[in-house]
Amino acid sequence: MTEPGRGSAPHRSTVALVGNPNAGKTSVFNGLTGARQKVGNYPGVTVEAAEGTFRVGDLTVRLIDVPGLYSLNPVSADEAVASGLVNTDDDEPHALIYAVDASNLERNLFLFSQVAETDRPMVVALTMTDLLARQNRRVDTDRLAGMLGCPVVPVVAHKGIGVPELKEAVAQAVEEGESPSIDVGFPPIVIQAAQGLVERFSRAGVELSPREARCVILEEHCTTYDRFIDTPELRQAIDDAREGVLGAHGHGRTIDAQARYAWAARVTRQCVVGDGPQRPSRTEAIDRVLTHRVWGLFVFVGIMYLVFQSIYTLAKPLMALIQAGVGVTSDLVSRSMTGSPVLKSLVVDGVINGVGSVLVFLPQIMILFFFIAFLEGTGYLARAAFLMDKLLGWCGLNGRAFIPLLSSFACAVPGIMAARVMPDERSRLATVMVAPLMSCSARLPVYVLVIGVFIEPQFGPAVAGLALFAMHFVGLAVAIPVVWVLNKGVLKGRRLPFMLELPKYQWPKWKDVWITIFSRVKVFVSTAGTVIVAMSILIWAATTFPLGDDARYAREYAARPASYQSEVSLEKFQKRRQREDSVLGRFGRTLEPVFAPAGFDWRLTTAILAAFPAREVVVPAMGIIFESGEEDEKGLAGALQKATWPDGRKLMTRSTSIGLMVFFALCCQCMATLAAIRRETNSWKWPVVAFTYMTVLAYVAAVAIQVVGRMVGQ
Amino acid sequence: MSFTDLRLGMKARVVQVEKTASFCDRLLELGLLPGTEFTVTKVAPFGDPIEIDLRGYKLCLRRAECCCLRVETVS
Repeated sequence: MTEPGRGSAPHRSTVALVGNPNAGKTSVFNGLTGARQKVGNYPGVTVEAAEGTFRVGDLTVRLIDVPGLYSLNPVSADEAVASGLVNTDDDEPHALIYAVDASNLERNLFLFSQVAETDRPMVVALTMTDLLARQNRRVDTDRLAGMLGCPVVPVVAHKGIGVPELKEAVAQAVEEGESPSIDVGFPPIVIQAAQGLVERFSRAGVELSPREARCVILEEHCTTYDRFIDTPELRQAIDDAREGVLGAHGHGRTIDAQARYAWAARVTRQCVVGDGPQRPSRTEAIDRVLTHRVWGLFVFVGIMYLVFQSIYTLAKPLMALIQAGVGVTSDLVSRSMTGSPVLKSLVVDGVINGVGSVLVFLPQIMILFFFIAFLEGTGYLARAAFLMDKLLGWCGLNGRAFIPLLSSFACAVPGIMAARVMPDERSRLATVMVAPLMSCSARLPVYVLVIGVFIEPQFGPAVAGLALFAMHFVGLAVAIPVVWVLNKGVLKGRRLPFMLELPKYQWPKWKDVWITIFSRVKVFVSTAGTVIVAMSILIWAATTFPLGDDARYAREYAARPASYQSEVSLEKFQKRRQREDSVLGRFGRTLEPVFAPAGFDWRLTTAILAAFPAREVVVPAMGIIFESGEEDEKGLAGALQKATWPDGRKLMTRSTSIGLMVFFALCCQCMATLAAIRRETNSWKWPVVAFTYMTVLAYVAAVAIQVVGRMVGQ
Repeated sequence: MSFTDLRLGMKARVVQVEKTASFCDRLLELGLLPGTEFTVTKVAPFGDPIEIDLRGYKLCLRRAECCCLRVETVS
């Protein structure tokens, strides 16, 4: 977006866009800059200050979209960033655009009264006037402009209404450089004390503005106080002034907020005209059902069921199509490639296979994010957070964690990034740490394979479906105690209280839905995709090298009994022996004793080890190791059913099968996830913690299932 | 009475804000001040959080986290 100044750019200035969360800032930003930044109907969508530019006349404006704020006294990291962008001694930003939700004027004006004190030219962008009109009310903008001491421009950004006027007003404000002066009307006792303090300081030769004086009297933690902490005389003056105003019981912040809200209420009363709503709004009517204590839960469960049901049914044919496409491609490539068989194997088994295993997840991820974006656009996700808060809350998460956790059912990588909506660092970390426990789409093939091997033949498809459904709850059930432990012992820092505004229901804007899907898919492909492809190549190398001694394998084959030879071809035998002797195969054999208590032999162990960088390689890896010949699932299922220990015991007993699935449900076998945790927490500590606790849990759970299974004789 | 005692549809007024936790400052900034009247518009399925209507807007809060507010019912 940034346009380099051509020739001599006559004017440049920096303008910050400020406002409450959900005040329509992002849509004003997009309207001004033409950017495609997504508009969220959910608080906390602007998590990093986005930037764009626009031109008006010969002025080029760099516009900074500041994260939503309730007050200039920050309580979270996000708010500290936002408030720091505005409340600074720098010249920049040269002016502010303050977005005001017309349907929530009073509270929006509270922050305005603080921002107006930063002495910068301001323009008010009045949003959501259409919503107010639906309540039979409107804002008298001339009057409001008069009372706020700055221009007020009504904007309906997505229709382009008011955007040119807003640009003009910004240009004019920058040029004139006049900041608004409002008279909040603090109590006389405060004003007098502040005046007295200013005079006393001035006698001591220190300049103090009336605003600083008022702040230091009313604010316990005012930076002005710290400046004079080593000047006993002036500090005493401040303490005296505080004593005079607050006495024994007064609370400075209360006095401050009361004055500001009284002013805001006065302005609202005088500037909002109309009768007000005659009957309950559409949103209230819908909410009577959707947030009802009983029906609300029914609808919630129904919606979630629908979402997951459609993910599987809609994605299945698409995934089959992609797999077929990958199959055709590798056939074509392997037929057309001549020369070194190792190079051919690298391209086909390493690269194409790796890319294919990334592509195959796209349908599920796109469908899940379609639903998330759609529900977010309608305003329902905020309701889901409201409904789920108590369930997620008791262990230390909160309702907002619902969205990142839901995303993690498709893929933990975008889920971990979505954890930025959490209001404080501590609950964000908690969410990030359990997001990988949610059953992502890469675990599905393992469940399908194992359930197909040992449940479906015995209990039929209904129980198989149920088992698949149940596997999705294993991670969720484990996540809750994990968060509880993390909160008790590991995570530090202040937890912010839960606070949520339910937006009005509306039809989602399709453009926003597509932007969400597109951006999430981009994250998945760029973060997860590259790691998965790289890991596929690594695994390919570990199973291919050393290349093996085919002549020796042929001699070994010749020594086998004829019955064996009739069952297994020489080629298959050579391939199998090569896998056994490969780096990964040796590694698996070495670690067999470690996994034996869980009932896993060296082959399962090797497959598990191969899956540590990226769990989606496990089914192809098992295909190779269990020499099903064809690497398809049917052949593999048969090979698994027949697989035995060297002493003839059946390998895939019921407890080994369940153990294997639970191991995959809990284990952190995804480098991409660890990379995402590293990036989002900016530390190596958390990926290490996540990897360790998940792997230990998975191992302990698999062993425990085996032990219990032996006790009950399975 | 405290926030824990509020029921769906109740109209109430803030009597006092005890400055016990830092969240109280945030509640003040959101407009929950001594004398502010509000209505309980929603109660979540498990009894918490609740949504209140104050100053022409609506806000969801957890009961326990508003323990610093003393309230009384308004008829």
